Amino acid sequence: MSERCAVIGVGQTVAKAKREDVSIAGLVREAALAALDDAGLTFADIDAVVIGKAPDMFEGVMMPELYLAPALGAVGKPMFRVHTAGSVGGSTAIVAAHLVASGVHERVLTVAFEKQSDSDAMWALSVPQPFSAPLLAGAGGYFAPIIRAYMHRSGAPGDVGMMVAVKDRLHALKNPYAHLHLPDISLKMVEESIMLWDPLHYLESCPSSDGAAAMVIGSERAVGAATAETGRPPAWIHGMAMRSEPTMFAGRDQVNPQASRDCAADLYRQAGITNPRKDFDMAEVYVPFSWYEPMWLESLGFCDEGDGWKLTQSGATSMIENGDIPWNCSGGVLSSNPIGASGMLRFLESALQVRGLAGEHQVADARRALGQAYGGGSQFFAMWVVGAERP
Amino acid sequence: MSRFPELTSGSRPVGVVSFAQYDNVRREGAHNEVEMLMPVVAEVFGSIGITKDDVGFICSGSTDYLVGGPFSFVTALDAVGVWPPRAESHVEMDGAWALYEAWVLLQEGEIDAALVYCFGRSSPGDLSEILALQLDPYYLAPLWPDPTSLAALQAQALIDSGKATEADFAAVASRSRRAALSNPKAQVAYDRTTEELLAEDYEVTPLRRHALPPLTDGAAAVVLAAGEKAYEWCERPAFITGIDHRIETHSIGARDLTVSPSTTLAGEKAGVGHKGVDVAELHAPYAHQELILAEALALDEGVSRNPSGGALAANPMMSAGLIRIGESAKAIWSGQAGRAVAHATSGPCLQQNLVCVLEGV
Repeated sequence: MSERCAVIGVGQTVAKAKREDVSIAGLVREAALAALDDAGLTFADIDAVVIGKAPDMFEGVMMPELYLAPALGAVGKPMFRVHTAGSVGGSTAIVAAHLVASGVHERVLTVAFEKQSDSDAMWALSVPQPFSAPLLAGAGGYFAPIIRAYMHRSGAPGDVGMMVAVKDRLHALKNPYAHLHLPDISLKMVEESIMLWDPLHYLESCPSSDGAAAMVIGSERAVGAATAETGRPPAWIHGMAMRSEPTMFAGRDQVNPQASRDCAADLYRQAGITNPRKDFDMAEVYVPFSWYEPMWLESLGFCDEGDGWKLTQSGATSMIENGDIPWNCSGGVLSSNPIGASGMLRFLESALQVRGLAGEHQVADARRALGQAYGGGSQFFAMWVVGAERP
Repeated sequence: MSRFPELTSGSRPVGVVSFAQYDNVRREGAHNEVEMLMPVVAEVFGSIGITKDDVGFICSGSTDYLVGGPFSFVTALDAVGVWPPRAESHVEMDGAWALYEAWVLLQEGEIDAALVYCFGRSSPGDLSEILALQLDPYYLAPLWPDPTSLAALQAQALIDSGKATEADFAAVASRSRRAALSNPKAQVAYDRTTEELLAEDYEVTPLRRHALPPLTDGAAAVVLAAGEKAYEWCERPAFITGIDHRIETHSIGARDLTVSPSTTLAGEKAGVGHKGVDVAELHAPYAHQELILAEALALDEGVSRNPSGGALAANPMMSAGLIRIGESAKAIWSGQAGRAVAHATSGPCLQQNLVCVLEGV
């Protein structure tokens, strides 16, 4: 049966456009050592390593976990590699947590990364395939029509996306690890940035980042030992879920995918969430393009369908405006996007919050938080709920 | 007597209850990955009379570099048709590791069955160049060492250690390809003596052609079922009594290539030596690697090694490991084996290894 487990250590690198000071191994090791330090552990205490990243072509290294084994202290241990597209950082954390929840291991190190500056993600996403029409548009080009469908369906005014772009960048000013620090950010600045994929302006899109994230997930016994050693509280895992659906078929709702709704329903059942807006103190949700905040607010049940943009507009998701349900206090994917790690950063930040260790971007008395990641053509979902209380 | 065997790994008995694989071929030109997987998935469900609605989790193994595009697993999922949406995951590893992830989830008891599948085509690219990109990107990959040259270094080290000779490699190849004659899925099968094989020219000294794996396009799938569910779908399930995997350092210069300590450790954790072994399916792409693996697992002379012909008979990337588990399960289902050891490998010169012990009751 399922054992209780919790996050007992987290670590992340500073996200930057180019981390030229480190190799890929140096980058992942930086995050891993920070997570171990937070947990009061060393590599010797770890039973297994679970690593995730987005497509290998983003760095040009096939199955890089083989080369990274010694850098992550995995020699002589099980090393596991997850790849589920953009949701991978979240899925990787979930796979690692199951290794503990199943009783197979006591302490598992999980790491996710992307070093986009080593290759060219836009190229990697655009390689022609036989018998397939090339998109040649990157992720933004793929999602823009879906966003337009949302605007049409909900009747949202055109500036809601820009409000998200500003809000998340203001949050990022409180997070020293964030890639983008734009102190002058304003609606006008977003509006005046070039239009990339209508309706997405340049500043409504995520950056390309180098970065890594790591967590140590421990059993109940490991939690006791870590807390005694470090004095820092754990983030208990109250539920976790993954769902996938096909990329395309006639009648598929790409704005509010069934897999997202099913994933949230399964997660909320496990964690006893009945009213997400009330039951969560904050949420870290994968919003790589501004409009995905109102879209996911609806899909994740924080409001009725069609009302997501009203929640954003009201300031409910803003820390700056003391909203009741702050989203992406770290600055989110709009402020740092080491693709493979972006999902794990959502999970990691939710854990930081319920541990009360988020520093300047801490939500006062955060007891329960949601971490979410999505990938592919809005078709892969990974989510977890973490809390300060032992479940 | 208990209907379930004693477990070394985990606490919930999980059995391999169905297995299917594509016809292993040199070049599957006409069908893409989805089209290759569709009959395999249909067979792995159909042969035990179930559908995708009967499994609570799906996990797959593949790598983008064989396809030459990102997210190759995304379209492959269409072979299953995940609608309504499903709990699903993917590893950039051999399907044997996808099976491991599913086995872990089954331990928790929330679900009772899982589908595992994998695919790999070597034909669209040059595998020697592709696998060079698996190496340390700063110090090793720029030299473009191909997998056969690296394996040859290992084979030479084995000869230098006095543990094996070129004739021993040929004997492995001769036995494996002869066994493959009775495997309808084998790509390379023949009846040639060790002496005949030793007359071949070297590919890379000291490896002759017979010691090399074929280039293969293939795919495979397995259904796992826990507890009573295993008996519902299979008369004699192949229960996973032990499973473990370990990795070694990447730097081949820092390893003793004549031994496989990660296999030894994984084998110990999986309880290989607790009881006698009837059949061992070892994922040894190069003939000499079977000798290293047999020593690492302390298999005695009585163990039937690679009765399917092993990876020398067919070596579909990302699938040959899961196929070893499937072939071992078949030996249990038929009663030919009571206890079998399946092994999967990844990385240059056996860097990473998984060992799975299967038992029938």
